[in-house]
Amino acid sequence: MCPPLYYGIEYEINPWMSRSRQSNQQLAQEQWRVLYRLLQDRLGMEIAAVEPRQGLPDMVFTANAGLVWKNKFIVSNFRHEVRRRESAHFENWFQVRGYEIVHLPEENFFEGEGDLLMCGELFFAGYHIRSDMLSHQKVAEIIGREILSLELTNEWFYHLDTCLCPLAAGQALFYPAAFDPYALKVLETHIATLIPVAEEEAKRFACNAIVTEKSVVMNGGCPETRMKLESLGFSVYETPLSEFIKAGGSAKCLVLKVPHDEA
Amino acid sequence: MARSVVQLSGHIIDSLILPKVLDLIINLGAEFDILEVQVGHRRADRSHARILVEAPSQEVLERVLAKIKEHGALPLDEAEEPVQLEPAPQDGVFPDRFYATTNLTTLVRFKERWLQVEPPEMDCGVRVDVEAMRAESVPVHKAKKGDLIVIGHRGIKILPIERRVPRELFEFMSSPVSTEKPKGLLIREIAESMKKTRRESGKILVVGGPGIVHTGASQYLVQMIEKDYVQTLFAGNGLAVHDIEAALYGTSLGVYLDKKIRASEGHEHHLWAINEIRKAGGIKQAVDRGLLTGGIFYTCVKKGVDFLLAGSIRDDGPLPEVITDTLKAQDLMREKIRGVGFVLMMATTLHAIATGNLLPASVKTVCVDINPAVVTKLTDRGTFQALGLVTDVEPFLRELCEYLN
Repeated sequence: MCPPLYYGIEYEINPWMSRSRQSNQQLAQEQWRVLYRLLQDRLGMEIAAVEPRQGLPDMVFTANAGLVWKNKFIVSNFRHEVRRRESAHFENWFQVRGYEIVHLPEENFFEGEGDLLMCGELFFAGYHIRSDMLSHQKVAEIIGREILSLELTNEWFYHLDTCLCPLAAGQALFYPAAFDPYALKVLETHIATLIPVAEEEAKRFACNAIVTEKSVVMNGGCPETRMKLESLGFSVYETPLSEFIKAGGSAKCLVLKVPHDEA
Repeated sequence: MARSVVQLSGHIIDSLILPKVLDLIINLGAEFDILEVQVGHRRADRSHARILVEAPSQEVLERVLAKIKEHGALPLDEAEEPVQLEPAPQDGVFPDRFYATTNLTTLVRFKERWLQVEPPEMDCGVRVDVEAMRAESVPVHKAKKGDLIVIGHRGIKILPIERRVPRELFEFMSSPVSTEKPKGLLIREIAESMKKTRRESGKILVVGGPGIVHTGASQYLVQMIEKDYVQTLFAGNGLAVHDIEAALYGTSLGVYLDKKIRASEGHEHHLWAINEIRKAGGIKQAVDRGLLTGGIFYTCVKKGVDFLLAGSIRDDGPLPEVITDTLKAQDLMREKIRGVGFVLMMATTLHAIATGNLLPASVKTVCVDINPAVVTKLTDRGTFQALGLVTDVEPFLRELCEYLN
C-alpha cells in the first residue's frame, strides 16, 4: 500500500475525476489509515508500504503498479503519461527486494492487478479502456496460464476490478453493464455463480472489494451486496472511502497483492 | 477489392475473441476468409488464427483493420521480417535452402517494401534485383553466379486466390475431377468463360494431344481457330504429324477418319507426312507452297496463331518446327504464356503438366482427358486451380463448339 501523502485530483483521466471536486487531504489520510488498520489488525494481513512521491497523486492505487507472479514482477505500462512516471518507483521497490523485473513491450498497455484478476484457477483480464489485448497474450506467456480477455465498454468502469470481484473459485460479483456481450458470455460460461450488482451499488464500487477466504472489505453504502455476501458466508467490512472514489478508486485499488497465490 | 491478412493469437477461443473479430469484420462491411486456425491443446496453450480480410475499398479495409486491431488482430505486415538473400554459388545453381515458389501470387519483403514476384511460376527460385527493386521467379537453369536468391521462409507472403462474388465456374466445383458432374452444364460454362476472356482481349491457349485427330475432333478445333478462340497452341510432334497425315492422306495412324477402316500400309502414312514436311522445310513452307491445304496447323498458319511444338524422346521425325531442346522449349513457353487468360488442355498428359507447371494459379485452366489420372496428376503436381473433365475429347469439342457458336 502507499500512504496518500501526496494524493489529490491533479488531472482528469477518468470520468470520476474532476479538479473542481478536490479530495479532502485530512479525510483521505484518515480513511486510508482506517483501511490499513482494518486489513492489518482485523484481518491479520502483512502490509508493506511504498514511499509516496510528490507529483504522483495516484500512487496510492498500488493495484495498478503491475502483477506479481512467483518471483517476477511484471511492470505496468500505463496508458496515460501522468501515471507512467509511477512505474520506476514500483520497479525499484521490487528489484531491491529480489524480484525479477519483467517489462512488456512499450506499445502494449497493461495496468496490473487493476485489469487482471484470478478467480479460482482462472485468469480474467479487462481490455479496451486501459489495458490492451496484446498485453494479455504477453502476460499469459510469462505466467504460463490461460487468460480470458474481457472487453470493458463503460468509461466509468475502466478497470476490470471496478466491475468484477472474484470471491472464490466459481463465484464472483459483477456489474453486467460494464461488459460487452462476448465478455458476458465468457463470464457466464466460466463462472458458475455470477452475482450481479445493481448500478447504484456498482457506482459505489461494490465490486472493488478486497476479498480473503472469509472476509470482504469494501466501500460503505452497498447494503444489497452486503446482504448477498453475508448469505454466502462472508464477513463484510464496510469502510468509508469517499475521497478515493473522487479519483475513481476504492478498496481493491488501494492494495497490491504480494505474492500471488500459486494456482 | 482491398485485402489484408491478419493474425490473431492468444486464448481467442475461450475468450470468444475470434468470433468477435469475425463478427466485427462483417458488421463493418467487409468479408473474411479463415486461412488457418491452430487450436492450443492445453488450457495454457495459445491458439492462432490467420484471417484474410476483404473489403470493397481501401478505406473500408483501413477502418476494419483499425477496429479489429483493438481486439488483438494484427496485420501480418507488421509482424514480418525482411527476406533473407544469398548469392547463387555458380551459374545454374541456387544457394542451399533456397525458397521454392508456388504458382500463387507471392510477395517478398525487402527494404520496408513488398515486392511482387513476377511472373508467378511454381518450382522456381526468387531472384531480387536490389537496384531495380524487383523480384523475379527464376528456374534453376537460368540462375547466374552472384544472383541474390531468396533463402528460407522469412519475409514471404503468399496471397490466396481471390474469391469473386457471385461465385464463378471455377469455384463451385467441390472437387477438380468431374467424372460424375453434369457435363453439358460444365461445357457451357467453359464456353462462357472463353467468350469472356476474348471479350476482355485475353488470350486463350490450347494444349493438345494427337487424340484430337484420332477421334475425328480436328474439325472442331479448326472451327475454334477460325472463330478466333485460339491465340496460342502448344503441342508435341504427335498432334502436328497426325493432323498433317489426315490432311494429306485422310488417315490418322493409318485409320481412315471418315470410314473407320484401316488403310493398307496405313502405318506408312504418318511417316510419309513427316517426310513431306521435312522436304518442304517446315509446316509454314508446306502451307505457302499449297502442299498443306487443311487441318489444324494449316488453319493456325492462315490465322496467325502462334504455335509451339516441343519434342520428346519417342518422336518420329520429328517435324522441323519441333524444338527438341527441352529447356529452350520451356523458356519459349514461358514467354508465350504471358497475357494468357484461359488454358484448355486436351488429350495430353506430358504437355498439360509441363504447361501447368508454368502457369500462375490465377489463370483459368481446364483439362480434358479420357483418363481421370491425368487431371489428378496435374493437380498433384501443383496446378490445383485446374478444372478437370473426364470425357472423350470428340464429344467435348463438338459440344463446346456448339456453345461457342
